[in-house]
Amino acid sequence: MPRILLGAARKIASNYLLRRLLKALFTIWLVASITFFVIRAMPGNAVDILIQDLTIQGVSPADAEAQAAAMMGINLDQPIMGQYLDYLGNVARGSLGTSYKSAGMSVTKMISQVLPWTLFSVGLALMITFVLGIALGALMAYRRDTWIDHLLSNVAATLDAVSPYLIGLLAILLFGITWKLVPIMEMRGAMSPGMKPGFSLAFFADIFKHVRVLLLVYVLSSVGSWMLQMKSNTVTTLGEDYVTVARARGLTDGRILTAYVGRNATLPLFTRLAISIGFVVGGSVLLETLFTYRGVGFLLARSISERDYPVMQGVFLIITIAVVFANLLADYLYGWLDPRVRISGGGN
Amino acid sequence: MNALREALSGFWREAAKTLKILSHNKMGLFGFVMMILIILLSVLGPVIWPAETSANVSAINKGVSAQHWLGTDFQGQDNLRKIINGGKDIVTIALVTGILSMLIAVIVGSFSAFIGGWVDSLLMQFVDIWLTIPKFPLLAVLATVLALKDVVTLSVLMALLDWPGLARQVRSQVLSLKRLDYIEAATMLDLGTPKIIFRELLPNMMSFIAISTIFEMTHAIYQQTGLVFLGIVPYSSANWGVMISAAERRGVLFNPQAAWSILGPMGAIVLFQLALVSFARSLDEVFNPRLRTSV
Repeated sequence: MPRILLGAARKIASNYLLRRLLKALFTIWLVASITFFVIRAMPGNAVDILIQDLTIQGVSPADAEAQAAAMMGINLDQPIMGQYLDYLGNVARGSLGTSYKSAGMSVTKMISQVLPWTLFSVGLALMITFVLGIALGALMAYRRDTWIDHLLSNVAATLDAVSPYLIGLLAILLFGITWKLVPIMEMRGAMSPGMKPGFSLAFFADIFKHVRVLLLVYVLSSVGSWMLQMKSNTVTTLGEDYVTVARARGLTDGRILTAYVGRNATLPLFTRLAISIGFVVGGSVLLETLFTYRGVGFLLARSISERDYPVMQGVFLIITIAVVFANLLADYLYGWLDPRVRISGGGN
Repeated sequence: MNALREALSGFWREAAKTLKILSHNKMGLFGFVMMILIILLSVLGPVIWPAETSANVSAINKGVSAQHWLGTDFQGQDNLRKIINGGKDIVTIALVTGILSMLIAVIVGSFSAFIGGWVDSLLMQFVDIWLTIPKFPLLAVLATVLALKDVVTLSVLMALLDWPGLARQVRSQVLSLKRLDYIEAATMLDLGTPKIIFRELLPNMMSFIAISTIFEMTHAIYQQTGLVFLGIVPYSSANWGVMISAAERRGVLFNPQAAWSILGPMGAIVLFQLALVSFARSLDEVFNPRLRTSV
């Protein structure tokens, strides 16, 4: 028996794919455990406070405990370890409990309602940022030490240094109030009230109207670092021997730019894109709240301000799962795109 | 006593030398002077211009005037005076988070690199896993559950969440320095790991450490501003983050006259951050004699 286990362990250790997968699962377990123990097991924890709140509202202590247990999806009579195992079992089955502010609403359902908006807004912003960052970064590298490089480098460094939240505030102040370019009050929410979702022009125009400033802020706050990274990648690649050789062979600039420099310089950015996709799900807690855009980040912020612990716990877990799997994807993508780093047993 | 005096004079000599080197770098000097100015103003300012305690109904949301250089806020209090009084929290958060997280990172990172073996790989696996957890949502959830009351506890929490990334950077720095001849010589002499780390390695990493600490400081300021905006960190003291979100909540955003209630504290944060970053960039020159243009 020990020999079989040892063999299995050795196989796992030697298989890159399995090793990465195990690590991903371990991360998710760790986060689930941290949130469980912080919310449930600390003195003065959320469950105790919930029971107290319900009792103050006039519910008898026994009923309050039963209600709290139902909301959190746990059995309070059990010892803490039993509750913990129950909780893990529920999570594994995809059940995240029910909200206790929006009575009876399951957390999974609440998340699935807001998820499309975050995927749409941050996903679109990510695509724009990616294309813009690569184009401007390459331009900076090709026109190194000209005025356009200095200008763009300074703009990129400044945008990179200022926090997205401040850029968002400034955007509302300038576009909405000082210059009155957009009707900022009408833009709250992801779409106008009474709008029917569907494949109509009016619907797309409406959701775009609601998302445009938020989109601009997302792009402005992240494009700087993409530009700088692309510039430094391109500069490094331009100095490589194979580029000099390609030049000596008389290849056209266009061919060198796309097949030789572009391909190699954008490689690390693809990894970063994959990792960013994970953060798409989290959206931006601060920006969605600032723009009252009802996505996942907004839901997290609201559950925090309402002290709605099951929702808080559920949203945070979903965000983590997304990030972890995006990381996994990035690892494979990199191995697949760059033959040099392919590892036996993995990407091949 | 003698030793103390010697150490003190040594410190002053070093400080004077640093200033002399800094004076050759315009951006660095600007950053340094600005940083000292902001810190001094935040510490001494409240003594000279104490915060107004009562609201002034006749001067609510006024624009810029000779009497109120940055206008007044929704309570009719002077914005500039509020900004001066609101700097202490921000400076505290930046210093405590930056220094504490770097301290943990230096200790863990350098020992991990030196010991190597399974301790090192276990630690790095942990760091790897830790880095995939989205930090700001985690910070928001933890700060809510822990119901933080003061800025120092918040800073400690932020430092505890942020050190692993820094530790990995420290480790890779140490690993590359470790291969240099003089460290190998020190190892041969059997000086002992702590002595090698603190006497031989760290002085050579000072610019890296200072720069990372300063970037962590700016990161901490932004996180705090965000937490205040979400209503997680208490509102009790009037720091720049609280000023921004209080103004935002009062709809100041929609009152062009009162824009300075938001632009003022925002400008203070950006200025402090800019000062820190330009100072950090110039530190490379201070610590690395090879980069100096002239002394």
